[in-house]
Amino acid sequence: MDALVLQLLNGLDKGGAYALIALGLTLVFGTLGVVNFAHGALFMLGAFCAVAVQQLLTLSAQVKDPSVTFFEAFKEVPYLEIWFGDAGTAIIAWSLPLSILIAIPVMLLIGWAMERGLIRFFYKRSHAEQILVTFGLAIVLQEIIRIWFGANPIPVAAPPIVSGSADIGDWLGLGPGVVYPWWRLIYFLFSAIILAAVFGFLQFTTYGMVVRAGMRDRDTVGLLGINIQRRFTAVFGIAAVVAGLAGLMYTPIVPPNYSIGMDFLVLSFVVVVVGGMGSLGGAVVAGFLLGILQSFASMNEVKAIFPGIDQIIIYLVAVIILLVRPRGLMGRAGVMES
Amino acid sequence: MTDRKSRLHTPLSRRSILKGSLASTTALGAFALTGGGPLHFVRNAWAEEQPIGNFPAKTSGSSITLGFNVPQTGAYADEGADELRAYQLAVKHLNGEGDGGMLNTMAPKALKGNGILGKKVEFVTGDTQTKSDAARASAKRMIEKDGAIMVTGGSSSGVAVAVQSLCQEMGIIFMCGLTHSNDTTGKDRRRYGFRHFFDAYMSGEALAPVLAEQYGKDRVAYHLTADYTWGWTQEESIKNATEALGWKTAAAVRTPLGAGDFSQYITPVLNSGADVLILNHYGKDMVNSLTQAVQFGLRDKQANGKNFEVVVPLFSRLMAQGAGDAIKGILGTTNWHWSLTDDGSKAFVKSFGQEYGNPPSQAAQTCYVQTLLYANAVETAGTFYPPEVIKTLEGFEFDGMGNGPTLYRAEDHQCFKDVLVVRGKENPSNQFDLLEIVKIVPRADVTYDPNIPAFNPDGNAELGPYIPG
Repeated sequence: MDALVLQLLNGLDKGGAYALIALGLTLVFGTLGVVNFAHGALFMLGAFCAVAVQQLLTLSAQVKDPSVTFFEAFKEVPYLEIWFGDAGTAIIAWSLPLSILIAIPVMLLIGWAMERGLIRFFYKRSHAEQILVTFGLAIVLQEIIRIWFGANPIPVAAPPIVSGSADIGDWLGLGPGVVYPWWRLIYFLFSAIILAAVFGFLQFTTYGMVVRAGMRDRDTVGLLGINIQRRFTAVFGIAAVVAGLAGLMYTPIVPPNYSIGMDFLVLSFVVVVVGGMGSLGGAVVAGFLLGILQSFASMNEVKAIFPGIDQIIIYLVAVIILLVRPRGLMGRAGVMES
Repeated sequence: MTDRKSRLHTPLSRRSILKGSLASTTALGAFALTGGGPLHFVRNAWAEEQPIGNFPAKTSGSSITLGFNVPQTGAYADEGADELRAYQLAVKHLNGEGDGGMLNTMAPKALKGNGILGKKVEFVTGDTQTKSDAARASAKRMIEKDGAIMVTGGSSSGVAVAVQSLCQEMGIIFMCGLTHSNDTTGKDRRRYGFRHFFDAYMSGEALAPVLAEQYGKDRVAYHLTADYTWGWTQEESIKNATEALGWKTAAAVRTPLGAGDFSQYITPVLNSGADVLILNHYGKDMVNSLTQAVQFGLRDKQANGKNFEVVVPLFSRLMAQGAGDAIKGILGTTNWHWSLTDDGSKAFVKSFGQEYGNPPSQAAQTCYVQTLLYANAVETAGTFYPPEVIKTLEGFEFDGMGNGPTLYRAEDHQCFKDVLVVRGKENPSNQFDLLEIVKIVPRADVTYDPNIPAFNPDGNAELGPYIPG
């Protein structure tokens, strides 16, 4: 029983990340009609916002280490600790939450620059050309990060009070000893809040209503005298922030390196297709569904019946769903079918 | 006239080359069939000085080039960077620069500190990317384009096995870097490949008695295993060694290399009935899986009325740094550790520490030693001719290089020496003091027959010829 609960939680975590990326992909596709293969790179850039802030806060002075006697050794002591003592240590410990404040404007800016600087020139081109140019952009962004931060994964610490595990066995009446890492619970909660915020924005604000109207019929909204293009650019920025925050918050779970975006991108496209091209709700449902299935498929009981199922479950499910419902779970007619 | 001229300048076409080579092959074939005196004469000359690999083309100048093929990107990049530091230091010492390091302690020694056979040592580097195809491509480039006369490096057994077989084909000696799979000197052993590093079987033989002593003989183990040649052989070796002492194995689960998030593999451990988790992971995989195992509360858990334990059979200090507090109290084995106090280790640590500001890793030590051993074999043989160098290394018995008396066994090109059982230190006295040595297991306890099933499963493992076909 507790194994099922834990695997469900693992699935919700992974599903949260998939859903956040897939939501952005679908938004961009629905508004701008662009298949954005650089979306995974936005996830990666968000993660590196956390890394950059952490490195900035831990800029260090070289201090001689007297405990090493056999050669001259130096240890790095952050300036913040030298200047502010314990307060400096505390600031460093909270670098991840602090980096959220930095990441939101940075990701907005990156999203805006990406859309205005490159992607808008490809609206009228074929999907194949869009895929080529955005994929190329993703590679360029990756290599820039690789040159700057190196190829190794860089660990990012969660604040100390949430770096341990929660005693969920007690909460759920599963008995003692069933624990789950705090940060993974926070990640799931965080993704749920972001998803709710994006849906709330689109559903309950006038701005969001116009965007949705534009997604349905861009020309008519334009005839009403609304500059729909500018709003779509803003939507691209929002998608960039969502992907960036998804990546940023994921850093304590898996230390990021330059290629982490590609790892998620492929799965996220499967999620979008399974959910149905252009369907926001479908992307979210499919994200969680595939995350959970992937976790359950890793259970030994399942693998005893289907060896190796954990590696292929996502693609297997995608094949089955597309055979049964060719437009995906919630896909509408006419999207990418012209 | 013009017509004739243009015909004379017609470039070689594919067709004309094919025709020409066909003709010469036929001629050669006829020549060989006739047999007799001339061929006999040729064969005799070849027995001494047949060109092999880059010999003698690239060994006749005033300098020679070594090829350092290490992972500069990918999961084992940290280890690769340290290997490269060690290689550069070895080149310095071979050329008579710096304080000489282990050149002052190795015995027997033919090297004079003036390069190799009086030729200056230069080097080129390649990035294996911890991928077999990339590693083979960069090794090939270093051999063909840069004229490397020896290739060394690697931080993954998949890569070592792939490059080793390439080097056998090309007639270039390959001195393995960090590779721990039984297969490297087991079923995939090669005449041109040599391994100084220890292997998974030795880890099992050294570690199992310590595990039984510390955790008891009534234990149930759960393996998480990196899904490639090294992971498989380590799982097999540790499983066999612990089961021989009375342990049971609940499950052995394969995880994809570079999985990142191991949560879905760790969760099933909780209810498996196991009370020990054995992580057959290395590098970043090991840092991630160990950190996540601790986060999921495995180390605070009780199972079968005992404390739950985590074991990492192949340890390194670089990994310990990445895993932080998670490593404390965890048992494993290592090929070498900088805190050893023999003369060789001390000389090497001092030299390396002064150069780079931190002590060498086990990967650095094995790579440094391998470079010196190759150079010394050439110096002893008095020639770069690969078969002679190989014969000098085979059965070579040496000391003063940090692992005590060591034998390069002729039958499988594996080094036999003491193995260290180590534990993550609870109270480090400085930033490098992360592992403590629990036991130095003597060489005799980890020596095995080269043809036991773990190393020769199909009975057809062979080093191959001295002169590549």
